[in-house]
Amino acid sequence: MQEKFDLHHVIHELKHFLPAQAPLMDFVHHNTLHAFQNLPFHEALETAHVKLGYQVYFPLDTFRNLYQTGRISDEIVDRTLTQKKGPEKEIWKGKLLHSQYEALEHARVGALRGQWKKQYNIDLDSLVHPTLFRLLGSYLDQGISIWNFPIDDLSFLEAIRQLETSSWVSIFKQKSTQSLLLNENTRIEDILVLLVGKNESYYEQYLYDQQFAHQGWSGMVSTVEDLPQTLLDKRQIKLEELILLELLLELDALDHKLGEWKPLDQHLTEAIPGLHDPIVKSEQLEVLSLWQEAFEWTYYDQVLKGLQTEGVEHIAPHQKTFQGLFCIDDRECSFRRYLENLDPACATFGTPGFFSVEFFYQPTGGKFYTKLCPAPVTPKYLIKEIGEDKKREKDLHFSKLNHNFYSGWLFSQTLGFWSAAKLFINLFKPSMSPTTASSLRHMDKFSGLQVDFDAMHAEENGLQLGFKIDEMANRVEAQLRSIGLVENFAPILYVVGHGASSVNNPHYAAYDCGACSGRAGSVNARVISQMANKPEVRAILAERGIHIPETSIFVGALHDTTRDEIVFYDDQITSESYKQMHAQHEIVFRKALDLNAKERSRRFESINSKESPASIHEKIRTRSVSIFEPRPELNHATNALAIVGRRELSKGLFLDRRSFLNSFDYRVDPAGDYLFNILKAAAPVCGGINLEYYFSRVDGEKLGAGTKLPHNVMGLFGVANGIDGDLRPGLPAQMTEVHDPVRLLLIVEHFPEVVLKTIQKAAETYEWFINDWVKLVAIHPETRALFVFEHGSFNPYEPLVKSLEVIKNVESVIESNQENFPVYLLNQD
Amino acid sequence: MTINTFLPLFIWVPIIGFLVSLILPKNNEKLISGVAFTTMSIQLFAAIIYVGDWMLSGANTFQVKEIILFQNEDYIFQIDFLFDKITAVYLLVGALLTFMVTMYSRTYLHREAGYKRFFNTTLFFYLGYSITTLSGNLETLFVGWEILGISSFLLISFYRERYLPVKNAVKVFSIYRIGDVGLILAMWASHHLWGQNITFFQLNNAELVHEHLLQHSFIGVFISSMILLSAAAKSAQLPFSSWLPRAMEGPTPSSAIFYGSLSVHIGAFLLLRTFPFWEYQSSVRILIIALGLLTAFIATGIARVQSSVKSQIAYASIAQIGLIFIEIALGFESLALFHFAGNAFLRTYQLLVSPSVVSYLIREQFYSFEPRAKTIEDSFPKRLQHSIYVLCLKEWNLDTMLYEYFWNPLKWAGNKLNFINGRRLMLFFIPVFALGFYAMKQTHLLPENLQEATPVVFASFGLILVFKSFTQRHSVRLAWILVIMNHCWIALAISFNEKFDQMENVLYLSGIFVAGIIGYLTLQRLFRMEGKITLSRFQGLSESHPKIALVFLLACLGLTGFPITPAFIGEDLIFSHIHEDQFALAAIVSLSFILDGLAVIRIYARVFMGPNSKTHAEFSNRYF
Repeated sequence: MQEKFDLHHVIHELKHFLPAQAPLMDFVHHNTLHAFQNLPFHEALETAHVKLGYQVYFPLDTFRNLYQTGRISDEIVDRTLTQKKGPEKEIWKGKLLHSQYEALEHARVGALRGQWKKQYNIDLDSLVHPTLFRLLGSYLDQGISIWNFPIDDLSFLEAIRQLETSSWVSIFKQKSTQSLLLNENTRIEDILVLLVGKNESYYEQYLYDQQFAHQGWSGMVSTVEDLPQTLLDKRQIKLEELILLELLLELDALDHKLGEWKPLDQHLTEAIPGLHDPIVKSEQLEVLSLWQEAFEWTYYDQVLKGLQTEGVEHIAPHQKTFQGLFCIDDRECSFRRYLENLDPACATFGTPGFFSVEFFYQPTGGKFYTKLCPAPVTPKYLIKEIGEDKKREKDLHFSKLNHNFYSGWLFSQTLGFWSAAKLFINLFKPSMSPTTASSLRHMDKFSGLQVDFDAMHAEENGLQLGFKIDEMANRVEAQLRSIGLVENFAPILYVVGHGASSVNNPHYAAYDCGACSGRAGSVNARVISQMANKPEVRAILAERGIHIPETSIFVGALHDTTRDEIVFYDDQITSESYKQMHAQHEIVFRKALDLNAKERSRRFESINSKESPASIHEKIRTRSVSIFEPRPELNHATNALAIVGRRELSKGLFLDRRSFLNSFDYRVDPAGDYLFNILKAAAPVCGGINLEYYFSRVDGEKLGAGTKLPHNVMGLFGVANGIDGDLRPGLPAQMTEVHDPVRLLLIVEHFPEVVLKTIQKAAETYEWFINDWVKLVAIHPETRALFVFEHGSFNPYEPLVKSLEVIKNVESVIESNQENFPVYLLNQD
Repeated sequence: MTINTFLPLFIWVPIIGFLVSLILPKNNEKLISGVAFTTMSIQLFAAIIYVGDWMLSGANTFQVKEIILFQNEDYIFQIDFLFDKITAVYLLVGALLTFMVTMYSRTYLHREAGYKRFFNTTLFFYLGYSITTLSGNLETLFVGWEILGISSFLLISFYRERYLPVKNAVKVFSIYRIGDVGLILAMWASHHLWGQNITFFQLNNAELVHEHLLQHSFIGVFISSMILLSAAAKSAQLPFSSWLPRAMEGPTPSSAIFYGSLSVHIGAFLLLRTFPFWEYQSSVRILIIALGLLTAFIATGIARVQSSVKSQIAYASIAQIGLIFIEIALGFESLALFHFAGNAFLRTYQLLVSPSVVSYLIREQFYSFEPRAKTIEDSFPKRLQHSIYVLCLKEWNLDTMLYEYFWNPLKWAGNKLNFINGRRLMLFFIPVFALGFYAMKQTHLLPENLQEATPVVFASFGLILVFKSFTQRHSVRLAWILVIMNHCWIALAISFNEKFDQMENVLYLSGIFVAGIIGYLTLQRLFRMEGKITLSRFQGLSESHPKIALVFLLACLGLTGFPITPAFIGEDLIFSHIHEDQFALAAIVSLSFILDGLAVIRIYARVFMGPNSKTHAEFSNRYF
């Protein structure tokens, strides 16, 4: 424990531990426990559990249940125990299966500040939080309130000071606290002396206790402090300001309620465990971690066996009918399988859905820029939509006039009756409305995009408008090489971005493309297609050894993953014969989408999966616009794998939509240069999605957002339960309830030594693997031998499963049940 | 036989639907929602036909005398129904909205752990709504009123394993309790005014009303004020407004229908229903208009500064109800009904689509953002502007005010009684009670002036006990026994007040004792299984002991005089023996009843609801 209190350092550390979720419209998946990523996985989980009280595994009973039902294999349990416990294996198996454990101890965080309740029987939280949350909510509000926070040009604390000086009414009950606030020299330490006492060693812990009593709000403030651009209507706020105000409110409440009281350190008779004290290993958590390993490997083992045994006949290069580039997203996994089945002469590729073009986008009439690339990247380019400003449909139910008694008088007696009719229609015949968040609204199909750089209008707000030819060539080349598509181009190459549509869903951004910062990927798909179609670009590519024949054209498209619809931006197709070809392919796409809808429907209670694909598809579309449907789609739920390699590697496997698929050809990239870029993105993106689902699933209350049914939208940036609740970052239960919390298994098809060298190139990427936050396996491209990455090196792996079931007919499997399927072999001739 | 005789059908359909829904298997979602849906379809369909037929046949007001539950020479407790324009509108709007929300919730609540509980409670709520709106006299209305209160409590605390929903449910219940007692006092006073239990139908007889009020103008105003108090509490008018946004803790559809529309308009219903009574009391009418207007202004201000969507809608709805109050007081009955329907529909829909606000407004903002759009407040002088802003943000202290001026003094008083522990209690109160009981048998031995004071003294003893129970922090059983003892003291006090048939006391106390003993036994059983439990924090035991929780809930209801035991009639009966000039006694007894209900619900909430003490940390992270 440090003796001298260093406020700056403590706040810096504290910010690191707080939830880092951005406001709702910029929802991007990330590792919920990112602050612990410097530790090995299980150790990190134990630390998070002890310090902050998070649940980090399934409960013991759940694991035992999975074991009873065969979802955790006995053989794998034995092997795990042999590896980890050696001779003590039998003892530990007994512990896993039969030991009873006490309920886990309480977390360290909260213990110090909890003394207020113990000593004075005063509930500071309920005295302070409502006022604090209200002030924060009103200051940060993005457009719910009609009368905004009256001071807009000052930072949070200064604005409150100003409000206090110029108002007859104070937010405080005591004059003395008010004057502390108004005194600009008041420092956090000064108030801590009053509250906690002179012993500075308690200060850090007190601030953690205080902030983790409402980690949602604190996390939001911390995020806005670091990324002010994440709010359209910008605000200046610092965590430090929040803390100062909260301390004052606490002081105020204590003075008002108790009158006479002493600082905390004078009451501490028994020692309170320090937040950062060393952690004593608990047997219970170790048992859970062993179960977790066995649970994961039961699944991994099948997958690895499958990759080794599957043998889809690899047909030598022949003329392809079309090629499709898709996002690596796990939701595209089954769609691609159906396309390949319906048209065996097509080929599909997977790549992060921003398609190697990073830029800000501004639609016609838009007042802001939208970032369309992975969240950590800051683009230097701006793409503008060209076209007329469209009229947006309005919905009067959201009009602010409803809320004043004078205009509301008229509204309730007119619009009110229309509401009843509308609700009735919405219940019995749901349809698109202005309230729907539709992927198609992202960009108008008939508008143009300003992709070319124009020297006359070179810049806007520090961003370059459009791309220059060589910048385009670099991006197209990088895209094609990374997926190994450098020859044998089909006449039409579809670049398919994806987005989602839902209604009544504050988490809508989480359903869109993560590689496009929670937006639809349509603009990126069109931009890269336009670039690749340019003769000048192709000329440069030819110099670099990639010959795209004149007969090949790129066409952008958007796949709506909720509705299973596709839109083609086919203005690039001009010739008649290509139009015919395209029409043929369109039929294939639509059929594949019907089948895909059917495969998805097996998880939905309200749809009978035995019906015909077309009628199921209709129900899936209705579902996406139903205001009473909290699960328009299941998003990334059940994700567990990421395969980086040629399509042939996994083409013969039924992976049940659980895999991210990134195309990569080791022959095009023998040294692993492109592989490096792929892993640099795949580990945080896929790993982040995977871990967010993991933690929201195992601790739905503290790490997830809980059930979404009682959620109340706060200031357009977050959700809370009821009106006085803390903000709820993380994923709602409706998104995660069918998810199996297993870590991502990343499989790379390349020589182990190349993979090893590649992952060691960047420390931040290596951390994901060396600390086991993502499990890594290299598969030898020639022998298909398997190597598991453990403790810094690749070790050979032999699957325990003897053989996998072969299925002929996917449809009958899909109709069989709702649960996760094991890995099956497909199309084995 | 006319169609009129079918009126009780609208009570029986929800009763049957509710009872059937109770016995369904917990996991069969289709069946559970199917029963609710069928119930509401029948209700809606029947209501449309019924109202249609009624309108065609002249739309006359009529009453149906149903059953007499209790009767003696000067008191009668009878279930009556009344049907007129007001009932017709409330029946149709209620049936339509509940039908639509049931339909909505079928899918929306899929896989929710409390799926069955949700539909049970919704049907129970609807039953209460139907009884209230169809009622033909105050007693019948009160039956429905009580059901509304308890089902609201259960709906708000739907997520019973969380802290805030339970806390807010208790808060809302306590305000409802104030409304309940307003109604009890109104019933008491009106019993004395009319010398009988009067029906709403008789109130329509203007001459009769006028004649009675001329003689007793003070008691008339008292009755009206109590009615207004009840209506204001139930409809979240000033000074009670802050409960409404805090009730929005359950799943969105339940918030939408109950707190957005039906429940919150019941106060307006009460005013509409009793309008003929206070029609000629201009002071009351002015009071209602002033209250409505003030509420409309204040609530609009608060709504304008809300940064959360549900609280904004809640306050906007309160403002409209303020206007409805004004319309009623001005005598615009049809306008008020029209306004009620429109407001109920509008707020329900707004709440149901409230999650859409993010994508909708963000898109709006993206295309038409103006930094700091001017509002009307910008024209105010700065100091005024900022002061009003802070006041609105703090909800004009409405929430804290209830604490500061009502609950805290009660708690303070209760804490002063800390010297009473179990043993002292037995040592003092039991002998005194026995003495009192003996004295009651021998009243002639007591001097005259002492006889007059005894009821008040004994009732005060009862009040002290319930204070103690309400602030009890440790022993659950003591808190429980104190409530039972309170009832005994009240019975004793009233026995001194008037000579009456002791069978009435038996009727009253039998219900209390049965419920009390059952409750005590369930607590014993729970203690054996869980060890000693105290009231110092939420224990959240309903998850692990659902059956005990249910039985105890029923015992609680029995003990609070809920219409499932004869104690319900008993309570009303007890009041009928308080003379019209004994305001002190009436005040003490009614305060006792408020606190009884609160103490009992508090015990239930503390023991069975909230975060489970074993799985949740004692401090921090309570606010999810």
